[in-house]
Amino acid sequence: MNVDLRDPNIIMKLSRLGSFHQSKLSFLRSFLDEFKDWEYKRDLFSLDELGYGTAVYSFKKKDRIYSLVCFANKIDDEERSDRVIATKWDAAFTLHDGVPSKKDIERLRNEVPKQEVGRLSYKELTLSRANKSVRVFNHVVESLSNGHQPDLNLLEKVGYLYRTTAVYGSGKFGLADRFRIKNREEINGPFRLEMMLVYLVRQFTFDQVNHVSKSKNPKTAVELDPKICKKLGIGNSTGLGMAPFIVNHPTLLNNWIMSREIALKKIREIKKINSNEIQVFKDSLRKSIKNITSWNSESEYQKKKINSLLEDVQKFLKFIETKFNFEIDYPFNEIYLWIEEKTCDECIEYIASMMLEPFDYIVKPLVNQMSSEEDKYFTIPTDRNVEDLRNIIEKRYPDILKINFTKKENNKNFWFISKNKEEPRYADRFEETGSNLEQPLAIARDIKKLHSQLMVSKNSLTIDKFLAQNNDLRHVVRRAFIIEKFPYSEIQDNTIGKNVIPIDMLRLKLSFFGALKFDPRSDKWLRICMFQGAPLPNELKNFDQQWIYNS
Amino acid sequence: MKSLSEIDTTSKRASRAAGYSWGVAEEIGKNIRLLELFGLEGIKTLNQYYGVKNKEKFSNLNLIIENNISDKYPYCPIILGINFLDQIRTLEKFKKITFNKISFPLLLLPFLSRSSEIIGKKINIKFDKIEFLLNLNVNISSNLLDKNCPEIASNVEINIIENKDNFTEQDWKSLYKLSEETFVDETESLKQGAAGAGLTDND
Repeated sequence: MNVDLRDPNIIMKLSRLGSFHQSKLSFLRSFLDEFKDWEYKRDLFSLDELGYGTAVYSFKKKDRIYSLVCFANKIDDEERSDRVIATKWDAAFTLHDGVPSKKDIERLRNEVPKQEVGRLSYKELTLSRANKSVRVFNHVVESLSNGHQPDLNLLEKVGYLYRTTAVYGSGKFGLADRFRIKNREEINGPFRLEMMLVYLVRQFTFDQVNHVSKSKNPKTAVELDPKICKKLGIGNSTGLGMAPFIVNHPTLLNNWIMSREIALKKIREIKKINSNEIQVFKDSLRKSIKNITSWNSESEYQKKKINSLLEDVQKFLKFIETKFNFEIDYPFNEIYLWIEEKTCDECIEYIASMMLEPFDYIVKPLVNQMSSEEDKYFTIPTDRNVEDLRNIIEKRYPDILKINFTKKENNKNFWFISKNKEEPRYADRFEETGSNLEQPLAIARDIKKLHSQLMVSKNSLTIDKFLAQNNDLRHVVRRAFIIEKFPYSEIQDNTIGKNVIPIDMLRLKLSFFGALKFDPRSDKWLRICMFQGAPLPNELKNFDQQWIYNS
Repeated sequence: MKSLSEIDTTSKRASRAAGYSWGVAEEIGKNIRLLELFGLEGIKTLNQYYGVKNKEKFSNLNLIIENNISDKYPYCPIILGINFLDQIRTLEKFKKITFNKISFPLLLLPFLSRSSEIIGKKINIKFDKIEFLLNLNVNISSNLLDKNCPEIASNVEINIIENKDNFTEQDWKSLYKLSEETFVDETESLKQGAAGAGLTDND
């Protein structure tokens, strides 16, 4: 049986992308899989009794070493902010390529805590900073130093000791360009080194809280129970910075979505499923209910989504436990058709992700296809003609062509880069100044404009001649030729309309990272949790592949 | 040291601010990255050009022909470069294309380099005793070592070089002969038993 790939015109809508969930393809899971047989070490741990100082952690295999260099600093409570406009953090981190020398550590001590205004070198791969969840951190210190374990309810509610507010890589602030390291096998998957940084930061937070507790009361202090550590991840506050990324990296976006779609298609095409595969699917699903019931958010928008997800997943669970027969042919195709008909977007994508769990042999080869050589597809094929280009647009952007951009509501917002922080922002073009400096992220509007121009151009006109007169549309001409080859490379929605919820774009990216517990704080920023439930570094050699459903 | 990613992004944004469309600015970002990667003064030259762009006049050439003459002003290297890149498949047939004057010719090089990759042929550019060889976008070689590239290039000649050997047949034969010294002379026994296939295919 041949199952078609799902229609990009449905899957790439913002509301659907904003319902995506982590899966076995997610980067933090594939990172753990790749680095499970690397040697983990804490190379340096030089903190004072309050937990301020320097620490170095590393992963090593043969001649390759990656070292996380951590700087924990004292900041006042009023200086602590999760917003990107902050200038001081409880801790700052960089992932160094190799073993940092004393001279490197001194250099990094001056630069890393400054973050965006510091300068890194080609020897550094990623950069980040994090703030304590003060309430949780202090509670844990208080409990441990008095000889008992902390309140699990509080820990479960928050889910982490620290949250990062940015993780940078790929040449930012002088960090190594990706081309320098792209041929290394172990990082043949997107965001591997960013995931490594976050994972090692998680361990630092446990070591720091133990250290501070012991310093506070050496006689009575106990260490945080490793089982509790496992239940904690690293939080992250994310704003609009992530949104342009997915528009600016169309082939990468395609490769992420395409890998998941291919996996889903192949699983739906399996005629018979064995009992072990059925068990893994059912177990993952049952255990995952806790991920939903412990998913807290103050956001009414998210609460509604969580409630319908829980309701639909329970309905589905009942269905497969009481009515569904896994012995039929193509059981996962039947399951997919059932959820598509009877459940909400959140649930469809939740179960679609869950369906990947038993099928390592399908998923693992796809992990390596999730990177992209963007430059390969940058050059416009100018020997093609207007008719070709118009056909591509009509085939690939059918709903976008129906949008009327002369209506104010469809042209309401604009994306810009803030001069103060060089970060992306989003505002109402009719109420704020600055729309003359709009970033090229209104792809739907510009595609529509291109289409109108093509309608009045000769079919046989070649693209080089079309561009000679229409270079203002060059950015979307390029995109249209990219989407011809990469059907999932474009958001099939208007990113400047009145009803856009920008966090849908963040949610898409974060789901591929492997984030859990999306907690929108407005329509423009949200908090998440990463690595909650993940094995600790000393457990990596042999861990439960479905660890994410124990969190 | 600035990363190539920073060079790309900043050049792109600066080019948009200098008045080019986003699509053209994207091309310039990639180009300056390429120049800096090859050790040429991309950032410095782009700065110089944008410093005078609004004070001086430049001619925009949209449709490139075999011999291009601008009566008054030198050609803008960006608009010329973009159109050269876009029209390379048509221009390929001319073999030699000339321009009487181009401003900041260094900025034209990455467009030629990328064009060279598209057609799979080397491209040579000559002006004022300066030569660059654009080699399929893999590297750029030049006789301009340690000298500044002039701000205006006069009597510019661009040659599209047909794919041919860079050496004589005699050089090749001589080297091939030496390489034969790694081969083993086959005895009758080796002829019979060392090859995988049979000696006759007529069965």
